[in-house]
Amino acid sequence: MLQERVPDLSRRLAEFVEPDRVRREVYTDPAIFELEIQRIHERVWIYCGHESQVPKAGDYYAVQIGRQPMVMVRGADGKVNVLYNRCPHRGNMMVGDRQGSSGEFFRCSYHAWTFHHDGRLRSIPMMESGYAGTPYGKDNPDCSMKRAARVGNYRGFVFASLSPDGPSLEDFLGKAIVAFDDMCDRAPRGEVEIVPNCFRVIQKSNWKIFLENQLDALHPSVTHQSTGRAAHEVEKDIEKKTGHAPLSYHMLSAFATVTIDKWDNFQTLNYPHGHCILTGYMGLRPRDPDTLAYEKTLVDAYGQKRMEEILGVNIHHVLIYPGLSVQSPLQQLRAVRPLGVDRTLTEIWHFRLKGAPEAIYRRSLAYYNLVNSPSTLVNADDLENFWKVHQGLSSEGGDWVSFARHFGRDIQKGEMVETAANCGTSEAPMRNQMKAWARYMAAQ
Amino acid sequence: MELHHEVEQFLYRQAELLDTKQWQAWIDLFADDGVYWMPADPAHKHWDGVPSIFAEDRNLMAVRMKRVLHPDAWSQRPLWGTNHVVSNVILEKTSPDDIVVRSRFHMMELRRDDVRHFAGAYRHHLKKTAEGYRIKLQRVDMTNAQAAYEYVLQVWV
Repeated sequence: MLQERVPDLSRRLAEFVEPDRVRREVYTDPAIFELEIQRIHERVWIYCGHESQVPKAGDYYAVQIGRQPMVMVRGADGKVNVLYNRCPHRGNMMVGDRQGSSGEFFRCSYHAWTFHHDGRLRSIPMMESGYAGTPYGKDNPDCSMKRAARVGNYRGFVFASLSPDGPSLEDFLGKAIVAFDDMCDRAPRGEVEIVPNCFRVIQKSNWKIFLENQLDALHPSVTHQSTGRAAHEVEKDIEKKTGHAPLSYHMLSAFATVTIDKWDNFQTLNYPHGHCILTGYMGLRPRDPDTLAYEKTLVDAYGQKRMEEILGVNIHHVLIYPGLSVQSPLQQLRAVRPLGVDRTLTEIWHFRLKGAPEAIYRRSLAYYNLVNSPSTLVNADDLENFWKVHQGLSSEGGDWVSFARHFGRDIQKGEMVETAANCGTSEAPMRNQMKAWARYMAAQ
Repeated sequence: MELHHEVEQFLYRQAELLDTKQWQAWIDLFADDGVYWMPADPAHKHWDGVPSIFAEDRNLMAVRMKRVLHPDAWSQRPLWGTNHVVSNVILEKTSPDDIVVRSRFHMMELRRDDVRHFAGAYRHHLKKTAEGYRIKLQRVDMTNAQAAYEYVLQVWV
């Protein structure tokens, strides 16, 4: 059990979350943030990376889980391990770079203790003479690098949990597992591989503000109006000149052409553990030659019926609480790393569908560059809002954040909460996230 | 020496257009098929088909400009200014249809109360036309690009 750093807060937390509203301190209180790190981020399954980021034995990638610097590393047996990035000797971080190869074993840069890629101690300089007669040595687990309590790998996507208890990865993901199935199934070879680039953008706001925005269907036509209109104008110009504008213009112009009233046509599906799905997408099944060639590769791989099923999956975003936003039809995801109560790092990745034509990769790459790069035409205005929200919540101008939109109309179907027809802009996903949050925070 | 002087003046003028927010005039310095490229990875050799921080033809530049000029571009509203210094100009190739010039830049940006600094290298491929030099490709290797971004980049650097 992790040591509680903020023991007195728990009693008050129950008063902070109501079904349709949340106290502002939930976003701004550093003590609550510390408790979130312990009770949420350092307990639940957190996305570490994709196994294709570490293709060869010894390849590693550093990743932050809660406050813990971890390292994801491929072992000689082909298995991907997740270890604390710390030498058990004097605490030196084992790797200082974000990524690289450790060769046949880890070697600490301070006193040359070496470790196998599963964390086991391999050697200590002059071990016999230095530690004769002491409990230190290969048989002492305190002399090995500590491993994450649990590591799970679903279709190449690696998660770790720092708690030995809790649901299995598959049970944790539940229906939200479709994020990875949808992404991989769209590949004729049933797998994706990483595009080796990570865009890293820091948001000056609490991590939950970002997550709440992901399935907020009311905001796009307000926040992204300028980009939608600009893209729409240029899209029309290009169509006039050449008859056909690239699909990426349509993805941007939809922010303006899908007017605010139409977003109610979308639907959200809300699951246990705070996961949510926003359905619907803007014209992802065009009939251009590239798409048709791609469909043929899927038919060759799976047959006509299965191809229709795969391309018929109707998903805009999948949110895996508390730290992952997946856009499976465009093969990209954003991992959320809380740095502080008002600082959040997003790590943004793109994947290639194995066996799909180059044009399909380039289509989603265009979206990755335009929407998710640090020169983003879209997220810039979100980040502006997130900062302003955080500033506003720091004020005493009000105590509550409202999630009341379409409250009372949610449809409970077993463990799932579905938004009713024409309630796509419902704040059900935020209510669902806060429900999970309150449950996690109440658990000692 | 004359060519060197002309190219230098061209680079300074391009930077001045950014600092004075003359977006259309800045875009017009690009050839019809010109591209502004900021690689995500310094090892990348060509802008096409790889993740990039910017990889914009004139159409995408127009989207960015129209967005910046829209009154509801929320993140563009605050006081926001830049100051570029361009230096270390080295002519790499001088054939009239492909002049290659390397330079270094340092840009200071003020947005609300926040100051950010960006620095790196430009590599311009220019061609000489009746209207003056036009950019076929501007490659921007920004040193900051390898670190996490505090906030984002709103326009070209």
